[in-house]
Amino acid sequence: MRKMVRAVTLGTALTLMSAGLSAQTLRWASAGDSLTLDPHSQNHGQTHAVSHQIYNPLVYLDMDSEMQPGLAVSWDVTDDPNVWEFKLREGVTFHDGSPFTAEDVVFSFQRAQHANSDMRPLISSVTRVEAVDDHTVHIHTDGPTPLLPNNLNDLFIMSKSWSEEHNVMTPQDYSAGEENHAVRNANGTGPFQLVSRDPDVRTELVRNDDYWGKDEFPLAISRVIYTPIQSSPTRAAALLSGEIDFLQDVPVQDINRLSRANNVKMLTGPENRTIFFGMDQGRDELRTSNIQGENPFADRRVREAMNIAINREAIQQVVMRGQSVPAGMIAPSFVNGYTEALDSVPETDVNRARELLASAGYPDGFRVTLTCTNDRYTNDEAICQAVTGMLGQIGIDVRLDARANSIHFAELQQAELDFYILGWSVPPLDSHYVFDFLLETKTPDTGAWNFTGWSNEEFDALSRALPTETDLDERDRKIARAWEIVQEEIVYLPVHHQVLNWAVREDIDFTVQSQNKPMLKYLNFN
Amino acid sequence: MIAMLVRRIIQAVLVMLVVAFISFSLFQFVGDPINNMVGQEATQQDRAELRERLGLNDPIPVQFMRFVGNAVQGEFGISYRMARPVSEVIAERLPATLELALVSGVLAITLGIVLGVYTALRRDGWFSHFIMSSSLIGVSLPTFLIGILLIYIFSVELQWLPSFGRGDTVPITDNWSTGLLTVSGWQSLILPAITLGLFQLTLLMRLVRAEMLEVLRTDYIKFARARGIRQRSINFHHALKNTLLPVITIAGLQLGSIIAFAIITETVFQWPGVGLLFINAIRFVDIPFMSAYLLLIALVFVVINLVVDLLYFVVDPRLRVTKSSSSR
Repeated sequence: MRKMVRAVTLGTALTLMSAGLSAQTLRWASAGDSLTLDPHSQNHGQTHAVSHQIYNPLVYLDMDSEMQPGLAVSWDVTDDPNVWEFKLREGVTFHDGSPFTAEDVVFSFQRAQHANSDMRPLISSVTRVEAVDDHTVHIHTDGPTPLLPNNLNDLFIMSKSWSEEHNVMTPQDYSAGEENHAVRNANGTGPFQLVSRDPDVRTELVRNDDYWGKDEFPLAISRVIYTPIQSSPTRAAALLSGEIDFLQDVPVQDINRLSRANNVKMLTGPENRTIFFGMDQGRDELRTSNIQGENPFADRRVREAMNIAINREAIQQVVMRGQSVPAGMIAPSFVNGYTEALDSVPETDVNRARELLASAGYPDGFRVTLTCTNDRYTNDEAICQAVTGMLGQIGIDVRLDARANSIHFAELQQAELDFYILGWSVPPLDSHYVFDFLLETKTPDTGAWNFTGWSNEEFDALSRALPTETDLDERDRKIARAWEIVQEEIVYLPVHHQVLNWAVREDIDFTVQSQNKPMLKYLNFN
Repeated sequence: MIAMLVRRIIQAVLVMLVVAFISFSLFQFVGDPINNMVGQEATQQDRAELRERLGLNDPIPVQFMRFVGNAVQGEFGISYRMARPVSEVIAERLPATLELALVSGVLAITLGIVLGVYTALRRDGWFSHFIMSSSLIGVSLPTFLIGILLIYIFSVELQWLPSFGRGDTVPITDNWSTGLLTVSGWQSLILPAITLGLFQLTLLMRLVRAEMLEVLRTDYIKFARARGIRQRSINFHHALKNTLLPVITIAGLQLGSIIAFAIITETVFQWPGVGLLFINAIRFVDIPFMSAYLLLIALVFVVINLVVDLLYFVVDPRLRVTKSSSSR
């Protein structure tokens, strides 16, 4: 504790001396660490969250999830619909002092498209990136891509000369015997620069006083100390005892306790993640059911019965302790294509559900196994237990199988599950992302996460027209029609949108960012 | 002696191989690392390519042989989770675990012996009763609960000690940085050391007490008393010395479990040791790290057992005689 007191006094003293730029240390904690500082190696939320403080993408989502200019100042499609033009910010330097130019952008795209990069799928439509002059780049795509910028939110720009110098022209290769320099070192253009990095222990950043946005943003923090704290009670305790100032993953069970504490402030906002259940409707017969020769899930009446048997308000109040938003569609409110009507929650009606089941030919219900994660989503196993009971009320005998996500997802990928839980986030903030992965007919190129066997020609036609539809009004109409089909067919059973809970020290002024990526340059002290 | 040592070492290598093979086969059930390594956008083809690159498509015996071949050369591959060489990461984190284990081991042994002797000599004192009944807590409460309780009392309510981390560390060599040379390092060490050592402390205390009571009843103690030797000298010279033989054995074996089972304590206190890494590795299905860790723990146990066996040999002359006569 003495150390902390010293830090505060030191902080006050420096503030008085510099009178203008504040000297405030922010001790930031979350449940898991960034996996690597190499910005192209992993496509992983917390890894990007840390990289955003050090590196900049061309465009980024601000605290309200609005797209803002990062290293690009303007962007538009050229006369050729297959080419995007990005005008780059001038006078930007990397932390090592070297100037930022179009060559760095060209290099970063190439690096992100390398086989060792996980960012590759996001820019798979990009065929070539060309530096027109020092501050203009042309991005060539294999077809019109009106939403290309939406995929560039987390695509960070690295310095070409630095990468050459440290031999990190490609992301870490797992078969190599050696560690890549970029895993624990960084040279970005972001608001903070790296001082030290001890993975899983402590990452220290200091303010970049040459940051291009220093007049635009508060940039009130002079030093950031980032620590992962895995155990939830310890995380809450560290905040209560004043050892950390900003906690990203507040344990749900501690929210009440923390909001009562007088040195802590809770911040709550919607998260970009919807939890839902999928049912295999395509098979002739379920693997885990007592019904032989037919698949109950293939009957829309059964799906409707299940949909109205699930009491989402009860799950919100009892399982989630109020920390969720009951959902009717698989897209949170800030996604293009969302409407309140689509997201309206079906009224729970157990009697009608029983009638529907009877009319579908299952008056005594049927048996099925629900496969669930127990370490992936907030209270995932408890949600499944609740749903098991609710479906039991209408005669569906659900056997619950809860296990680690590493096993769940491996089996799901093999399309081996009859009835499963899944959570989905929509980083590009557009409905097409949901359609493409969850709803289009499963082929090697589409419907990568559609394990329901559902397939609808009209829907596929609408969804496949979206990427190249340049008339945005027409595009929105297609999205609306596509959602209509999905809702009518009850392909999935949405449960709720997750809510994000952050907590800060009382005197900190900050809001929740729905992508769970805090942009510390916006944080202010009162 | 030499022949026995060689035999023991061959046995140890066999044990290590078996442990390595069992742990390796277990990994087939922990799930698929691929999903943790790629984003939700990755296509089936991307996943298949990565699986191929990591060599996960090869048959288990092939993967196992490759693992053993590399392990013999001290190569454990690149951690999937941290993208760094496993051997380097372990070398970096082992000091934290060893320091924690050492301090809690010393704590457990000294306090265990002192309190054990005290409660044996003052069997009916109120303080002995108090210690004996409160020692039940150490035996019965699970480690994580003790840790959380200590954090609640000393960090949240009293705000005396930090709730997580290792404090400031001082580098000694390239890989070894110690927290034992700074004030905040010691402050951070207190709660985890108590949490980790409490079980062993109570165990040793009860063992010492029982042994002491046993020895104090023997004839030679009665005889010593009859000869008029001072009580103090009987207790500490004659009795305690004979009590300590089994205690040393147990303490040695417990040191192994302190190192191996620091996992929970490290997780509760975010102590940056190898146990915490192991928990993370399991969640992430970081196969290279998990196999290296299990091998390391097997090595710790094998070495400690070997040392204990040799100590028997040195300490107990009877053993030496029978061994040498049978080998003739």
